[in-house]
Amino acid sequence: MRKQTSIFQNIDWLTVSLYLVLMFIGWISIYAAVYNEEHSSILDISQNYGKQLLWIGGSLMIAIVVLIIDARFYDAFAYLIYGLMILFLIAALFLSRDVKGAHAWIEIGAFKLQPAEFAKFATALALAKYLSLLEIKIEKIQTKIISSLIVTLPAAIILLQNDTGSALVFGSFIFVLYREGLSQNVLIIGFFAALLFVIALMVDKIILLQIIAALAAVSVLLMRKTRKNIVTIMLLAVASAAVVMSVSYVYEKALQPHQKQRIDVLLGKQTDLKGAGYNVNQSLIAIGSGGISGKGFLQGTQTKFDFVPEQSTDFIFCTIGEEWGFIGSFILILLYLGLLYRILFIAERQKSAFTRVYAYGVASIIFFHVMVNIGMAIGLLPVIGIPLPFISYGGSSLWSFTILLFILIRLDSYRTFVLR
Amino acid sequence: MNPNSRIVIAGIFTVVLLIYLIRLFYVQVLNEQYKLSANNNVIRYVTDYPARGLIYDRKGELMVFNEAVYDLMVIPRQVKELDTTEFCRLADISKEEFIRRMQKAKKFSRFKSSIFEKQIPPEQYALLQEKLYKFNGFYVLPRTLRKYPTKSAAHALGYIGEVDEKLIAKDPYYQMGDYIGISGIEQSYEKELRGKRGVRIVMVDVHNREKGSFEDGKYDSVSVAGEDIMLTLDAKLQAYAETLMQNKAGGIAAIEPQTGEILAILSSPTYDPNIMVGKARNKNYALLSTDPYKSLFNRAMMAYYPPGSTFKLASALSAVNEHIVGPGTSYPHSFVVGSKSVKCHPHPPIALEGSIQYSCNPYFCNVFRSFVDNKKYGTSENGYRVWREYIMSFGVGKKIGVDMPHELPGLLPAPEFYDKIYGKGRWKASTIYSLGIGQGELGITPLQMANITAVIANRGYYYTPHIVKAISGKPNTTRNLSEKHSSKVAPESFTVVIDGMQKVVEAGTARVARFGNTVICGKTGTAQNPHGKDHSLFVGFAPRENPKIAVAVMVENSGFGATWAAPIASLMMELYLTDTITRPDLEKRIMEGDLLKDYPLPGTKIKIAPPAKRDSVWQETEQPVVLTENKKQN
Ligand SMILES: [Zn+2]
Repeated sequence: MRKQTSIFQNIDWLTVSLYLVLMFIGWISIYAAVYNEEHSSILDISQNYGKQLLWIGGSLMIAIVVLIIDARFYDAFAYLIYGLMILFLIAALFLSRDVKGAHAWIEIGAFKLQPAEFAKFATALALAKYLSLLEIKIEKIQTKIISSLIVTLPAAIILLQNDTGSALVFGSFIFVLYREGLSQNVLIIGFFAALLFVIALMVDKIILLQIIAALAAVSVLLMRKTRKNIVTIMLLAVASAAVVMSVSYVYEKALQPHQKQRIDVLLGKQTDLKGAGYNVNQSLIAIGSGGISGKGFLQGTQTKFDFVPEQSTDFIFCTIGEEWGFIGSFILILLYLGLLYRILFIAERQKSAFTRVYAYGVASIIFFHVMVNIGMAIGLLPVIGIPLPFISYGGSSLWSFTILLFILIRLDSYRTFVLR
Repeated sequence: MNPNSRIVIAGIFTVVLLIYLIRLFYVQVLNEQYKLSANNNVIRYVTDYPARGLIYDRKGELMVFNEAVYDLMVIPRQVKELDTTEFCRLADISKEEFIRRMQKAKKFSRFKSSIFEKQIPPEQYALLQEKLYKFNGFYVLPRTLRKYPTKSAAHALGYIGEVDEKLIAKDPYYQMGDYIGISGIEQSYEKELRGKRGVRIVMVDVHNREKGSFEDGKYDSVSVAGEDIMLTLDAKLQAYAETLMQNKAGGIAAIEPQTGEILAILSSPTYDPNIMVGKARNKNYALLSTDPYKSLFNRAMMAYYPPGSTFKLASALSAVNEHIVGPGTSYPHSFVVGSKSVKCHPHPPIALEGSIQYSCNPYFCNVFRSFVDNKKYGTSENGYRVWREYIMSFGVGKKIGVDMPHELPGLLPAPEFYDKIYGKGRWKASTIYSLGIGQGELGITPLQMANITAVIANRGYYYTPHIVKAISGKPNTTRNLSEKHSSKVAPESFTVVIDGMQKVVEAGTARVARFGNTVICGKTGTAQNPHGKDHSLFVGFAPRENPKIAVAVMVENSGFGATWAAPIASLMMELYLTDTITRPDLEKRIMEGDLLKDYPLPGTKIKIAPPAKRDSVWQETEQPVVLTENKKQN
């Protein structure tokens, strides 16, 4: 085993470059989003873009710290980090103040931290640690149960914090499990469950249950040859019915009125412009008005202040779409796709199972964020408030994505030292 | 490990982002509606304010409508260089004012629109509109002002105003610039009247001209006009009553007994509701609220008056129903408590009917004692409790539930109130006898007085008094108006009391109230007022059989019930029942009567909750209760 001499040795500079480019795009987009003539200095720390520069500086320091730490540390302390994060999440549940109906922030002095953000890399580490154990076989039912527990525990606590968006992110670990050998039926079932979920919101549950029963009856008639088929069909029917019932329960009872409204608008059940649909419509108009080449830097008119709310956080993509047009959106999406491919490439070149699983975790989380955030901005997904990785305004999200990515870069730089 | 899974995952990532790219291509490139940037157009969000519902009287006469005005709006960022001199001339403001307002608008937001000039009248708007294309960033928003053609019923109709931040925080429906009902039925029927706001997204070109709606109005929401309301009020009767009450202070309520519909309700002095509109509202509101006559105070529903002799009716009915007195009951013509005695004036020997006709104070003090101290209740406290339940069943001492805001419950003390003052078991009828003649710790609003009268007219029941008859042409179902509230007095107990009321008008204290062949039943009253001349009261209904109108009139500081209150009620009845006035001299005397010049100013005390202190009440009743109305005035 050779000794590692520099922290920058073996670093994947392509990933680091993509990271820096995205962060830079984020910073100037935030500047454009909240720009006004009275505070035109991009360094003004009374404004979001000035603050974001501080967050970026912090991120770079964090990145260096993450790189300095011995790669074996992340493997060795994965469970400890995970445990601490769970405690942190529970603490947030009790200590936080109510921000827009969500108990998601912990205040330490002047800093407001969102533990849910940091729970993502901790969960990725813990899952990687567990699945990389030698004796673990994904085929075993016990493995499946423990893996899902590792993922659902933080998600459940975050759900209790009323932060539905962040909780849903944990669903993306399904890719990791799939890569590690879970049957592809899981992906398919997951897809159909999501589809059923949406249909259940749109169609009356009684009608839907009747349709399921009818489909099951027809299937049984057609495929009654083997007993196994019948059992499978019945199980599927019962499971579908359970999804429908739980959706209608969650929709009626568990969802907050504003969440319900957002879903209603997306499904076209309700068109209240000043209400929840407002965000989507405004962002579509803003993005659409950008045309092919955009209106130019700082020339956006729709994405200022009132038209698109939460402009520098959840709807930052609008600014990019309006000012840089289709060309800008295209480049941004290519950058993300490039980053994702690179991470998958990094994942596949590992000898260490731990690093591979972790890398898939990183890719899944980033992909899910990009998919949901841009998807809602272009009106394809419901308005779920989660940040666009490396771009949206906010310290917690930027720092947590930095930690997430740089742990991978650190583990990757160590790959040649791993014999396993 | 599935060897294909890496490809599947990369494939999913690619497909999703590819779909997004296609969607973006459609939204940003293909979609024609988004070609805004090429023409440097801007999108403007124009709030489409709904027309507030109109208000009609029971016969369909328009009482409230909307008049078009225009708000001049500005979006500072879109303002280009302009000819300020011309602009200021058109907007009728000074150059300094223009600069000040622009700065204010910029301070609020450079990108959001704010109001530059409010409520521009249509004539000025016409001039402005022609030149508006020269002034980028400015546009006009059609708004409305409430107009009141009958100029009456100010308190009942109420007024509207713009929402403030506190209201917006409380009710998320509202946003800056919205109107909301602040009092009267504008407030209590806000939800029905306001309609539903809409938003139009329009494209505006470089010449500040609207180029049609964005995406063919796909994202627009249409405003829905408010619902029109038909009131139970009779506009003619209302206006007439207000004229009769001019230069007098007091309150009137008139109810159709069979339905509970309020035919007229007013508080005097009143004001022209048209002054509480638009730019002048704040100034006029300030003027009215410092007015010594308290013109803003809705006496009809909020002022607590001692009902005086009019209260003897309810007192008598309760006693008759409990078989404590009957048509033939008589008492010695005196009522003595310790060193004090309730005096009367000479009149023939009387039984129950005559006691009402002559309004005999000692008689009713005796009735009250017979009731409260009656052995069948065990203790006086229990007796009083039963008596109080009777009175409450007439709608006294509680909110009746009228469909207008700010109704007060009146004052009818619970036994515990007296326990606190005298100690439990240490008080009896003779301690609180003044209640029996409508004095003491009683506070009743004119609306409640009218309701008691309606109960008598109906021989035992009332429907909740209400002022909205129909909404959008359909009967008003927003409140429970069809429930029959029965008093504790059985129908047969009413005859003798109604006989007495008929005598009051035919041969008693209210002969002035007679007109035509209509059989009127009434009762005058005089409520003691420690601050000045007594309050004059009259309650009555007509005709006796199948009554159409029950009225209560309270005129402050006017002295005798027969002089002012009874004629006013009578003239109102005559107008409502016959649509003519046969007594022009009486009408003239009433209309010209100016009682406000003797009104004790400033700091007139009107009894308003909380209840008067026991001491002051006692001082009042310590003086012999002399019913001045019985002195030959009529
Ligand atoms: Zn007498």
